[in-house]
Amino acid sequence: MRHSAAYTVFFAGAVCIVCAVLVSSSAVSLSERQELNALLDKQKNVLYAAGLAQSGEPLGRDEILKRFANVRAVVIDLATGEETDIDPTTFDQAKAAADPATSREAPANRSAIKRVPHHALVYHVLENGETSMCVIPIEGYGLWSTLYGFLAIGRDGNTIRGLTFYQHGETPGLGGEVDNPKWKALWPGRSAYDDAGNPAIRVVKGNAGNAQETPHQVDGLSGATITSNGVSTMLEFWLGEQGFRKYLQRFQEGQV
Amino acid sequence: MASAARTTFVDPLFENNPIALQVLGICSALAVTTKLETAAVMCLAVISVLALSNLSISLLRNFIPGNIRIIVQLTIIASLVIVTDQILKAYLFEISKQLSVFVGLIITNCIIMGRAEAFAMQNGPIMSLLDGLGNGLGYSVILMATAFLRELFSQGKLFGTTVLTTANDGGWYVPNGLLGLSAGAFFIIGLFIWALRTWKSDQVEEEG
Repeated sequence: MRHSAAYTVFFAGAVCIVCAVLVSSSAVSLSERQELNALLDKQKNVLYAAGLAQSGEPLGRDEILKRFANVRAVVIDLATGEETDIDPTTFDQAKAAADPATSREAPANRSAIKRVPHHALVYHVLENGETSMCVIPIEGYGLWSTLYGFLAIGRDGNTIRGLTFYQHGETPGLGGEVDNPKWKALWPGRSAYDDAGNPAIRVVKGNAGNAQETPHQVDGLSGATITSNGVSTMLEFWLGEQGFRKYLQRFQEGQV
Repeated sequence: MASAARTTFVDPLFENNPIALQVLGICSALAVTTKLETAAVMCLAVISVLALSNLSISLLRNFIPGNIRIIVQLTIIASLVIVTDQILKAYLFEISKQLSVFVGLIITNCIIMGRAEAFAMQNGPIMSLLDGLGNGLGYSVILMATAFLRELFSQGKLFGTTVLTTANDGGWYVPNGLLGLSAGAFFIIGLFIWALRTWKSDQVEEEG
């Protein structure tokens, strides 16, 4: 069918306008719901890491908000470990890490971490009105993907209370077993640092003992050596001086 | 007329399957079939995009100027895919997180544009809708069967429920790691194509 050039231009314009209206109205009308979903998802994973919810336990919106009432989000300064007065509800750590004004280049590391933000969002968990643990965000490369997760540390700034990953693209059944509740249950009670205060916790090949026998070692995931190593190196990075070392020292001393 | 409609709808399931015979849409068939749950949502997304794009392109077929028809089709398909992605993010957040980029990549799924160009541009809206649904289901049959085998043998689960207790959880079943990888899906789809062409030998391509 032959059409004039004017008709072609008119038709293209009309299609564009109709499609643009469709796309933008759906994006605008659903954005509130999507943002809430993203927020609840993050809060849910903080609860999993802190052991305030069983791993894999389905949680509704109200239940998450109820349990999260005992959690206080705090933005801290990674260099000094001090609490800042930045509003945690508007602070976006991923955005801060991408912006050169609010981050610095990461030193060479084995977790493919490129930039470290000046500030980080951590969570203080209250039990009977007392801060009993903190939950810190961690991320680093595994085999195929960057794993994003949370590590919960007790009041002594050393004892691990839980670990969970909320986003990764590792192979299901192999590296994807970082989500296995049995494996995650191996973490609580182990120690993040050795006596000299250096990050010591790591995932080893094969089986480690229980938390008393081998406080710094966790069973490896069989068939997923590279993902296991990725977990080790990211913990080493984020527990180290470049990460949350200063903050955890202050946390232990009760200054934050 | 009724039988023509039936053929349009049923043929893509086995006679003229978009994945097995036309070998289209393989990329997503490898990527989202590690679990039944994600595969099912992906199938629903593809079926709805395919049906709606076929329908709307068919309604517009006599008005679309021939020289810009491909880009018009693509604009319509892309809009439908974005809307689908937005809806998934709002109502099925967990699953949309697992599907990540693959919902967005429905835009580049050759089945959708293939049906728009090959069918919807020549046929009426009702037949085009049926063709879209049929091809979507044909895609889904292969995806679900692949996901069934992959989830069962790589994780011992079906729809996230444990069927075979794996050795990691203290059971007897040692999962097959290969099926967890994309390469495993290639083997399964290859076996499907072989089985289908043995059953329906007219699908075998002539050699030479």
